[in-house]
Amino acid sequence: MVESNTLNKGDVLLDLEGIHMSFGKVEALAGINLQIRKGEIHSVIGPNGAGKTVMMNCINGLYRPQKGNVLYKGQRINHFRPYQRASLGISRTFQKVEVFGGMTVLDNIRLGRHIHMKSGIASGSLYVGKTAKEEVKHRRFIEEEIIDLLEIESIRSKPTGMLPYGLQKRVELGRALALEPELLILDEPLAGLNLEEVEDMARFILDINEEERWKVTCLLVEHDMGVVMDLSDRVFVLNFGNMIMDGTPEEVQQNPEVVKAYLGEEDLYASRK
Amino acid sequence: MHHENNNDFSKIKISKELTIPKLFYRQATTFGKDRVAMREKEFGIWRPITWQDYFENVKYIALGLISLGLEEGDKVSMIGDNRPEGLWAEMATLCARGVGVWLFRDSLIDEVRYIIDHSDTRFLFGEGQEEVDKAISIFNECPKLQKIIWDDPKGMRNYDQDYLISLKELQQLGRELEKEKPHLFDELINKGSGEEVALLFYTSGTTALPKGALLSHNNMLTMGQHLMTVDPCESTDDYVSYLPFAWIGEQMMSISCGLQIGYTINFPEEPETAQENIREIGPHVMFAPPRMYEQMTRSVQVKYLDATWIKRKFYEFSTYVGYKAANLKFDKKPVPIFWRLIEWLASITVQKKLKDHLGLSRVRNAYTGGAAMGPDHFRFFHALGVNLKQIYGQTEVAGISVVHRSGDIKFDTVGHPIPGTEVKIADDGEILTRSSSVFLGYYKNPEATEKTLRDGWLYSGDRGFMDDDGHLVVFDRTKDVFTLKDGKPFAPQYLETRLKFSPYIRDSWVIGDKKDYISAVLCIDYAVVGKWADEKKLNYTSYQELSQMPEIYDLVEKQIHQANKDLPDLAKVVKFTNLYKELDADDDELTRTRKLRRAFVEKRYEEIVDALYSDNPSVHIDTTIKYEDGRQAHIETDMQIRTVRD
Repeated sequence: MVESNTLNKGDVLLDLEGIHMSFGKVEALAGINLQIRKGEIHSVIGPNGAGKTVMMNCINGLYRPQKGNVLYKGQRINHFRPYQRASLGISRTFQKVEVFGGMTVLDNIRLGRHIHMKSGIASGSLYVGKTAKEEVKHRRFIEEEIIDLLEIESIRSKPTGMLPYGLQKRVELGRALALEPELLILDEPLAGLNLEEVEDMARFILDINEEERWKVTCLLVEHDMGVVMDLSDRVFVLNFGNMIMDGTPEEVQQNPEVVKAYLGEEDLYASRK
Repeated sequence: MHHENNNDFSKIKISKELTIPKLFYRQATTFGKDRVAMREKEFGIWRPITWQDYFENVKYIALGLISLGLEEGDKVSMIGDNRPEGLWAEMATLCARGVGVWLFRDSLIDEVRYIIDHSDTRFLFGEGQEEVDKAISIFNECPKLQKIIWDDPKGMRNYDQDYLISLKELQQLGRELEKEKPHLFDELINKGSGEEVALLFYTSGTTALPKGALLSHNNMLTMGQHLMTVDPCESTDDYVSYLPFAWIGEQMMSISCGLQIGYTINFPEEPETAQENIREIGPHVMFAPPRMYEQMTRSVQVKYLDATWIKRKFYEFSTYVGYKAANLKFDKKPVPIFWRLIEWLASITVQKKLKDHLGLSRVRNAYTGGAAMGPDHFRFFHALGVNLKQIYGQTEVAGISVVHRSGDIKFDTVGHPIPGTEVKIADDGEILTRSSSVFLGYYKNPEATEKTLRDGWLYSGDRGFMDDDGHLVVFDRTKDVFTLKDGKPFAPQYLETRLKFSPYIRDSWVIGDKKDYISAVLCIDYAVVGKWADEKKLNYTSYQELSQMPEIYDLVEKQIHQANKDLPDLAKVVKFTNLYKELDADDDELTRTRKLRRAFVEKRYEEIVDALYSDNPSVHIDTTIKYEDGRQAHIETDMQIRTVRD
């Protein structure tokens, strides 16, 4: 399992150094520097097509940047594959939910736990001794920590595909948490949710970040400015692959360039309020 | 464990001295750690709590309250889901010689403020963040309120108000006090008499502000004993507690009966999982307001519509047989051997499975009360082989006063008075009750007490009569009885429940007092009608839009035809409209127990009522609705008015 006590609150957990990522002639990221400190909620905002999701993909390993370094706890992880990064403690959710529709909620969450399971095929199919014990232990974690936290008791054995979108998003979050991440990347967790679901989700994010049990550092990509400004410790503003600024929510709201590039169009993005 | 304990409730002598805490002490020491007092489903597993655990938890909460300064007769309020901690808090309050007050979990801030303030509550048990938030927002307006106790730590990390205390800390205070005064708890329990106030119970009130009914220990205990004499329960029985503790029926089952019998009280995991959890437990006894049974009927009807051809045929066969047998039993005629055989066949093929799905497979007695229940629903359950009985009661009598006896069930009556209870009809038709369970009076409201309690008789405000078999027939709340055009009285609830037997109709409101004809405002069931619309490839985006579609009007009209069948012409629904929203207790349209507040809706929807009695084909609605958190939404729509075609 992931060692979580090596860093203290405020230490740099993830460090992006001069990340360049281009697709043909399109430069999606042009030398991005970003430091995420342990214990924080760090948001990334920017207009559509600014490169936010590309940035997330570079962090969790779906893309490999052409230039620059991705450092996790000081270790260079550029060459790590996504599953290796997952076992380091980087977990994520997706902009469009990517759950397994035919599987139950519980199975989806269990899948996120797979990386911590030690049993092999042989002992798994016999299901004796250690394997059974391991299963009980992990099931306990899932039940007591995740299902209880996300309040999805009533749907635990329902097929995920049958659930409304808002609940599917919750299940996806549950799966990401099953990994017991240290860094959780949330790619537009509030998109497409109704007002009540937004409030629930925002509360869950705060719980995950602040609750003694979790204390997960969150990297949040989100368009809902109200929520971003309320939840974040720091906000990183991206536009056409370039950083405009990185600062506290107050600083960001006062920066004229940000207002021009992004917040000026606020009514386009934050119409929910 | 001790077999001889079974059924010894009748041996419990309810003397003037006996209090709920004394009985609790006795039961807890008898049953000890060998027997399960309650179970709670938590993290997916049913976790047992023995009588010993129950006792210890109550003891330290009680001592904790004393250590916070609780004095004799102080009010302690509770709000939250049904869970062991809620019952412990109530029992502890009584043990510490306080008076318990329960609030509905979904009460709005104003209701919470009114009750906390009016009851002079000093301590409030809230479950978690939601309840604590409510309590904090009213804290400054309720000067008597001193401490708020919470037990679910979720989301509570950033609260540092000094008037907040966790249940664990409270119990710790109790443990410390016990070290100082080791005999204090026993002394507290031995004090007191059965005639003292135990609970202050606020009635939901379809017309006015809630009134606080004072109930004594003796009221509660005799209530349980009288009911259990009619339909005895065993200490090995299971009961599922999922209806609000703020409803007297739940108190009667969990405290009055539960404590005397010692059956196991099961708490569901979450309110949303209640139905599923009931199925897992398979309770032996059940008491619920009609809406729960209506919900069950609806879910069966909907599943039937969805089932394959062969399953539908089996179901039709079994209901045909079930109704046939049930009707014979209602008429008190013997069921011929042939039909008994067929009934058995229906039972093993369909009814047994169906009952299992509804969690009714072990139910010996199922009760319904609190509001009118339609004969259609009633027949439905008897056709399934569920011994469903109507009861009649009210908060002021600590539960119930009249109930059906097994084998003597008439679905238009509520049965015979329970032992120790006298029921008579006043000259003007009002139902009067006298028994040891009749309450002490309303808190801080002598005028209302005087009106309700006269010479030991409880004036219910309900109208009714005794039929030839000595069954009580409750006609209706006096103010809710209509006069038809021909001068005959008419109970709107009767028609409303008939309409609600349709799975497509969730709520109904019938209008027509002293009018030329009867009309109805209906709320469609969003889930069921929505599914029907999906199958018919009708597009809609909201309840409002769906409710106004002509196809839905056609569908609803068909349901009205069904309900109108066999009714005299003047009692038939002539015009109707589909309301653009569901009726909601948050909007004061229903009480917390989901009874229609007729006077209120009549005022609120005056334009709709007017339109129903005019020639307009539709009514324009332009209104603002307010959400629970204070946000507002503007609604503008046209509601069609339709005349039912013959």
